[in-house]
Amino acid sequence: MAMMRAPVGPEDAGSPDAALAAALPAGGGRTRTAVLGRLVRAIRANRKATAGTIILVVFVLLAIFPWAIAGGNPNAEVYGRSLGPSTAHLFGTTAYGQDLFAQAVWGTRQVLIIAFGAGLASTALAVLIGVAAAYLGGLWDGALNLLTDLLLVIPLFPLLIVIAAYVHSSGTLVLIAVLTLTGWSYTARQLRSQALSLRHRDFLEAARVRGERSIYIIVVEIIPTMTSLIVASFLTNALYAVLFASSLQFIGLGDPNSTSWGTMLYWAQNNEALQTGQYLWAVVPGALIALLGAAFALLNYAFDEIGNPALRPMRRRRAVQRRRVRRG
Amino acid sequence: MRFALRRVGFFVLTLWAAVTLNFFLPRMMPGNPALAMMAKFHGRLSGQALKSLEVLFGVGTHQSLLSQYVHYLGQVATGNFGTSLFFYPQAVSQVVLGAIPWTLGLVGVTTILAFVLGTGLGIVTAWRRGSRLDGLLPPVFVITSAIPYFWVGMMFILIFGIRLKWLPYTFGYDPSATPGLNGPFIANVLEHAILPALALLITTIGTWILTMRNTMVSVLAEDYVRMARAKGLPGRRIMYDYAARNAILPNLTGFAMSLGFVVGGAILIEYVFDYPGVGYMLLQAVENEDYPLMQALFLLITVAVLVAILLSDIATALLDPRTRSAR
Amino acid sequence: MAESILEVTGLSVDYQADRGVVRAVDNVSFGLDRGEFLGIVGESGCGKSTLLFAIAQLLQPPAEIAGGTVTFRGQSLVGLTDRELAAVRWKELSVVMQSAMNALNPVKSIGSQFRDAMRAHGVRDRSEIAGRSAEVVKMVGIDPVHLKSYPHQLSGGMRQRSMIAMAMLFTPDLVIMDEPTSALDVVAQRSLMVQIKELQQRLGFAVIFVTHDMSLVSHFSDRLMVMYAGQVAEAGGTRKVFDSPKHPYSIGLLDAFPSIRGPKVALTGIPGRPPDLARRPEGCRFAPRCPRVMDRCTETAPELYEVESVDVRCLLYDGSSDDE
Repeated sequence: MAMMRAPVGPEDAGSPDAALAAALPAGGGRTRTAVLGRLVRAIRANRKATAGTIILVVFVLLAIFPWAIAGGNPNAEVYGRSLGPSTAHLFGTTAYGQDLFAQAVWGTRQVLIIAFGAGLASTALAVLIGVAAAYLGGLWDGALNLLTDLLLVIPLFPLLIVIAAYVHSSGTLVLIAVLTLTGWSYTARQLRSQALSLRHRDFLEAARVRGERSIYIIVVEIIPTMTSLIVASFLTNALYAVLFASSLQFIGLGDPNSTSWGTMLYWAQNNEALQTGQYLWAVVPGALIALLGAAFALLNYAFDEIGNPALRPMRRRRAVQRRRVRRG
Repeated sequence: MRFALRRVGFFVLTLWAAVTLNFFLPRMMPGNPALAMMAKFHGRLSGQALKSLEVLFGVGTHQSLLSQYVHYLGQVATGNFGTSLFFYPQAVSQVVLGAIPWTLGLVGVTTILAFVLGTGLGIVTAWRRGSRLDGLLPPVFVITSAIPYFWVGMMFILIFGIRLKWLPYTFGYDPSATPGLNGPFIANVLEHAILPALALLITTIGTWILTMRNTMVSVLAEDYVRMARAKGLPGRRIMYDYAARNAILPNLTGFAMSLGFVVGGAILIEYVFDYPGVGYMLLQAVENEDYPLMQALFLLITVAVLVAILLSDIATALLDPRTRSAR
Repeated sequence: MAESILEVTGLSVDYQADRGVVRAVDNVSFGLDRGEFLGIVGESGCGKSTLLFAIAQLLQPPAEIAGGTVTFRGQSLVGLTDRELAAVRWKELSVVMQSAMNALNPVKSIGSQFRDAMRAHGVRDRSEIAGRSAEVVKMVGIDPVHLKSYPHQLSGGMRQRSMIAMAMLFTPDLVIMDEPTSALDVVAQRSLMVQIKELQQRLGFAVIFVTHDMSLVSHFSDRLMVMYAGQVAEAGGTRKVFDSPKHPYSIGLLDAFPSIRGPKVALTGIPGRPPDLARRPEGCRFAPRCPRVMDRCTETAPELYEVESVDVRCLLYDGSSDDE
């Protein structure tokens, strides 16, 4: 479930953005279009990034225009029950007579809202806390650090379960709020490490000497330098949001009446879909979750590779070198 | 020494935070959930059960928050978590103790196995840079890390349990078998543990492989590895003694942090397989609003994670001489 | 009678970078006699460290030897596997790296790293290992009790010296040193150099010493080689090269180091930056920065020309009669 990165200490934060800038295909221009162009080229060059982007784009389109593919109300219990796949119902129907395909397509919306909502919110929180801790230093740093470590160590999923159990109706907004409040700690730690390593760089000292205020320095100087880590943090947080949210919905702690992949699985489990031969009911939503999660994970990994060329897949002509270099 | 004190201090602090969280959460929720729960079980609870509910959730008490808190801490310290509501009249501690061995066996063994295998595979993959293994493994595991744990469990049930009928997929043992320390029962237990263990193993191993490989790759580029080659040391010694011993250090720290996810996965796997462990009990408690049981299980899980983290810290200190010096 | 122990001919090293193939070392040739001290000098990025690693067969992908030979005591080293090289490594050819903090395994004690080296070459007897380890560290002025220490517990100077001690374990014929003094302060630098020179004279090994500090190495070296942009710019006896440099780059390098004695002179640097080796320029690589550049310098790439028993890669010395 975890898209783990090796834990970061202040020593190994370095400047991934410099590496990223160096690794992107060379080309002049620092205008936004030029940078965008280079980003697009980098994505096209890296297979993982391409795959991830395509999947994500498809899902976003489905979320925005579900009626284009599967019209009508997905929850309408009007069809025959537990039908197998056919041309009328691509994935068959549920035990309640709902069209699985429609549910799957319409469910995309809620899943993406949670993914992006919780992803963005917890990343924003992580940036706030991580950078503030690094920049303010001293007691503030100690206190924020302690808070972060505490939350890191307390097992998240049981905590989510306990909170969701107390709060009975977990609609989308509640889910996002709960995920945000508990999920920021991991990425906050990484961001703090990088901010710490930047703290004494010359361009920051120059800004301080110029007399700029702390807020300005943080927002205008530090944060843009950390862009790649912030994007990576967002991808990590979005992935967690998808997995945690669907897990909570699966065990019944979401809103069972909403249309989402997690709730589809909840109903499937409740109706013993596997034991009664309604395989698709269980297989389809899970596969979709895995696909969306994989998109985020692939993009995250690709970012890692783009920023750190040492991790990239090596080309095959190493064959001769390999035989010499390996423990011969 | 200072290092050890700091770690133990952090352990105690986190423990206190978890206990306090347990105390405040129900009191912070809109409409004290305990009241609703008590209404549901009204009349069926003994005086003792009611009393412990009062301490745990603050219903019907006129004490100040502070004295409630002190009372609560005292009760928790003696291991008294009240009476379970769903498993009435069993004490919560009884229910919990009954579930622990199942989880310890399944999750404990599987996690250690996943860590050892995953780390080993990660080392080998990094050492053989450029081989087909290295090109294949990372993308495969990147994708599998995104698959929800419970879904893997369900697919296993579907394929190996229902379609192929190779292995059982519910509960810890056959209800018809007689429990006891006898051969057939133990074999039965093991048989029932295979699918959930496999599911857990497959979902968690990807992380270890990936992170170990990544740290190994950075370590292999270090000067001291090049130096080891320059000295003419045999390849295997370089791989283990110079590269892996250094690469594993950040991984041990990571082990601690990702334990939280292993726990989450374990809960879901137990749920899907109806495996009578701690996670399964937790979800039963949630489903049936048995809050005393839920609280106790949450604390237990947190403590278990903390202990594991402490152990991995000790392991790091043993393996890395730099942490032992004053820091 | 000088005996040649190392012959490097036409050695070239390529890096596979994103923007193409970079030739970090271009057609370098030189020989080394037993007991000789060769200093290789140049600015960052000129390829001197890469050259060292190429000679010691320690290159890692994406770098690889693209051509040329390295013959050590009659045996060609290029293309051998690690196992085949193990016989030669450390026993006859050892390496000292720039930063001891990075070159020593942080989780093993110094003594155990010595032990690894000795065991790898067949020394198994514990007392022999302990005895030899103590012997070499005493040679560099370290108390043997420190063999039990971990690298982070020693001072920078001690770490560096223990690396040199480790290199002495089998009294090799050749010791390759990659800027071993750069991480130290001036005083420690000098004392380390003196120590190295003294060891060399006592034990008789040859040294290839890479540094960017020409004046430091010139006090101790027999021969000097100046590198620029992956090529040899000037090479010859130390006194000749140092006292009367011929290549405009060498002249520039020397002028950049002020003399503590003598009249106060304005400091001159060498403006500009080294060329991008991914796009190899047509003519002389130093032309864009050369104060004595001629028209044909940008068209014709100079070879190494011998002038007063010093090799110089500069068209000023190619023997043609024009001199603008």
